[in-house]
Amino acid sequence: MTGILSLITFLPLAGVAAILLLKVLGQSGERADGAARWIALVTTLATFALSILLTMRFDTANPGFQFVEEIPWFAGLSYRMGVDGISVLFVLLTAFLLPICVVASWKSVDKRVQEYMIAFLVLETLVIGVFCALDLILFYLFFEAGLVPMFLIIGIWGGKNRVYAAYKFFLYTLLGSVLMLAAVLAMIGVAGTSSIPELMQYKFADWLQPWLWVAFFASFAVKMPMWPVHTWLPDAHVEAPTAGSVILAGILLKMGGYGFMRFSLPMFPDASTMFAPLVFALSAIAIVYTSLVAFRQTDIKKLIAYSSVAHMGFVTMGIFSGNVQGEQGAIFQMLSHGVISGALFLCVGVVYDRMHTREIAFYGGLVNRMPWYAAVFMLFTMGNVGLPGTSGFVGEILTLTGVYKASTWTALVASTGVILSAVYALSLYRRVVFGEMTNPALAQISDLDRREVLIFAPLIVSTLYLGFQPDVVFNITGASVEALVGAWRAAVAG
Amino acid sequence: MTHANLSLVGPEIILAGSALILLVVGAFRGKGGVVFNGLSVLALLAAAVAAVVGPQGRGFAGGVIVDDLSTFAKVAIYLASAVSLVLADRWLARRGDSKFELPVLVILAALGMGVMVSAGDLISLYIGVELHSLALYVLAAFRRDDAKSSEAGLKYFVLGALSSGLLLYGASLIYGFAGSTQFDVIAGAVNDGAGQGILFGLVFLICGLAFKVSAAPFHMWTPDVYEGAPTPMVGFFAAAPKLAAMVLLARVLQEGFGGAVAQWQQVVLAIALLSVFVGAFAGLAQKNLKRLWAYSSIANIGYALVGLAAGGEAGVQAMLMFMVLYMVDVTGFFACLTALQRDGRSMETIDDMAGLFKEKPGLALAMTAFSLSALGLPPLSGFFAKFYVFKAAIDAGLAWAAILALVGSVVAAFYYLRLIKVMWFDAAPGAVEAPAFSARTIAIGAALFSFPVGLVALVWLDPVSRAAAAAFG
Repeated sequence: MTGILSLITFLPLAGVAAILLLKVLGQSGERADGAARWIALVTTLATFALSILLTMRFDTANPGFQFVEEIPWFAGLSYRMGVDGISVLFVLLTAFLLPICVVASWKSVDKRVQEYMIAFLVLETLVIGVFCALDLILFYLFFEAGLVPMFLIIGIWGGKNRVYAAYKFFLYTLLGSVLMLAAVLAMIGVAGTSSIPELMQYKFADWLQPWLWVAFFASFAVKMPMWPVHTWLPDAHVEAPTAGSVILAGILLKMGGYGFMRFSLPMFPDASTMFAPLVFALSAIAIVYTSLVAFRQTDIKKLIAYSSVAHMGFVTMGIFSGNVQGEQGAIFQMLSHGVISGALFLCVGVVYDRMHTREIAFYGGLVNRMPWYAAVFMLFTMGNVGLPGTSGFVGEILTLTGVYKASTWTALVASTGVILSAVYALSLYRRVVFGEMTNPALAQISDLDRREVLIFAPLIVSTLYLGFQPDVVFNITGASVEALVGAWRAAVAG
Repeated sequence: MTHANLSLVGPEIILAGSALILLVVGAFRGKGGVVFNGLSVLALLAAAVAAVVGPQGRGFAGGVIVDDLSTFAKVAIYLASAVSLVLADRWLARRGDSKFELPVLVILAALGMGVMVSAGDLISLYIGVELHSLALYVLAAFRRDDAKSSEAGLKYFVLGALSSGLLLYGASLIYGFAGSTQFDVIAGAVNDGAGQGILFGLVFLICGLAFKVSAAPFHMWTPDVYEGAPTPMVGFFAAAPKLAAMVLLARVLQEGFGGAVAQWQQVVLAIALLSVFVGAFAGLAQKNLKRLWAYSSIANIGYALVGLAAGGEAGVQAMLMFMVLYMVDVTGFFACLTALQRDGRSMETIDDMAGLFKEKPGLALAMTAFSLSALGLPPLSGFFAKFYVFKAAIDAGLAWAAILALVGSVVAAFYYLRLIKVMWFDAAPGAVEAPAFSARTIAIGAALFSFPVGLVALVWLDPVSRAAAAAFG
């Protein structure tokens, strides 16, 4: 099975090559656009199939890295890939969401279709690369390169204010990342290796750890995004096309949480302990504050974007709780949020494609014309609120349990977020779906078509399946999470 | 002895000989042409080969040093010069300014740069600097009927003369206090504690060379010269002469003043960081792409100087890697500008590039790659250039300088992104003319080097550049 990670990572580029070949052959117009869609769909589905195979072959008892590949590069760097229990499911999540994005853009994107599909396929390669890279520089390469396709997706296919949002997204993230680059170079200089597994064993000096931690934090906190550096996210979400929002909320935000678990905790354990109260405070503020902000939004997408920030607050606080429940909960919350928030943005996309507005006040009474849509939207709203039986519940309850052990006050404040999320999510649902249909423009709105049902079906299944059977996740992540927590405790105690 | 000396300067003999022969041939024929240009390119390539296969050592009483460093730099310089000749051919022909003097001047400039990187004493340093500068002044003003080109040449000449004065004054002070023009003897004097006078001379020398690499605060000429000079020549100015001057600076600082690292390090760092921020902030206000890239090159020279300031083998290697990878980007970018025109007019402003992605997707992609690479975004080669520089700086305990310079790159990101935004997001005002084959090929080739060929080439460039820098271990 060696080589499967490279195959999964770079398979989307084969699709890019095929689309480029079409372009070089001078194909354009309707038929070429259709071909590009099909190529993208087939490639992403193949990647998804391979990542299912990867997950099935994954040895759950082994806490270390598996499917490791290593080719020496230059100046001591290597092309080094591998997955462990923490990263393997993110590869699966990425590969799962991409075909959905392609189908979701099937009709709503009608200009520059070939370039659009190329951007998504390149983005898939880069994101999967982030989760598989076991070399610091390779990780940074994938992490940072993802900015460009996302910049183009927002900037070319986005809404009215897309240029501003694209710049803001790029510059915010870049500023965080360059600080991380400085830390990465310092780590390579001090430890003499860029291998992530080796750096996990290396003990950085006590004075150096806080500096490195802060530099990584600058990057991941922006990516996550944590309060108060979250302001790029609502802009980016509102302007991005639907599929762009799905990728952004579903996968790109998770790179921050993944980064904390892969770098901050194992490499700077003392600094992580030292800064945990800061993270708790920021997370608690994020949960309460952004929930309140979400409640006051008039744009559906912006509301969901702010709710993402609040949900990421649970993740960060779980990660720094330092116990198995917190970590497991954080990973689960990220996966679940990837599915649910992606689905919610798709729900917005459904009505936006029909009416071309996202103003909450424009809508109302949709249930009369769109019963299926109302049911689907209801399910994901409940998932967002954290209703037991949906995947949203498991992540929230576990992170809260974990944090309760580490910091009772944080858990207390954060648990109000559970109520607040019900407030904004249910009120959004009521205003959009229920009530009288007063707006005459809505009179002819049509219910979900077959393509849209096809998009939502896998998301519904996975939301409910993860809600009832969360063990499938914990079995895979268990060994690695226990090793992570154990190493952190040992490092802090010793 | 004579024979040994002459065998060291094989590339220089080839270049000087062919420049003279071509000059005579040109004078009799009265015009250049494809064959004439081809012969000039061949002469440069032959010099590059001679540099690789020729013997190494010191000659001319210490005035010439041929080592891995000079060989590395010479090959890069000669190749860059050859590429710029290929670019210039069609561009000038389209404008009816094709003259046989151009290849001769480029060869003479390349000869001067070769002397610079091989300089072992202050005399050959000065000869090399002057030879290449005088050729460059003329090249800047090559379109003599064009007001901007003449202005560029004049400005370049006047300010260049001033910097030569500074350089010469510094050199005379150093000679006066050290008692020799040779770098190794100067090094001895510095190690014996030669005092303030010699450092005073060094500062003048650094200022003179900072002018040549267009580092702030000696950068004023750059935007004007870049804007006015013929586009293919700007690609030449921005690449080869900067590498030559940086290598020369490295040799002076490391070989002559290796014992006074603490003294010159702060000067070089100050110039470096100032360049990074001047380049980043002043670039924000530019509308003309040639001016924009002038500021971009100021910022990028700042990064190269950060590497140099780190000192030692790692620092020199970082500077070399940075300069070589940057040279590819800047040459490629100006190849794009050379290739593009609309309604018989060069496309030089950012707004001219509107909708380029629809018109010429290949060149638009190439320009995107060069912009992102100059910004230092992975996976393009420019990222690895910065990787070397910042790693050397951080390992040398200059983490604060590295962080400041990195923050500067975020500011500069804005103008690179604006160019990308205009090319990709905006609508095109009209059709772009078919680009010249040579310029297009060079642009696409350089872009392919930025990504992905460069990533593989690093495996080979890394040990080569380390060997070149090993002299300063």
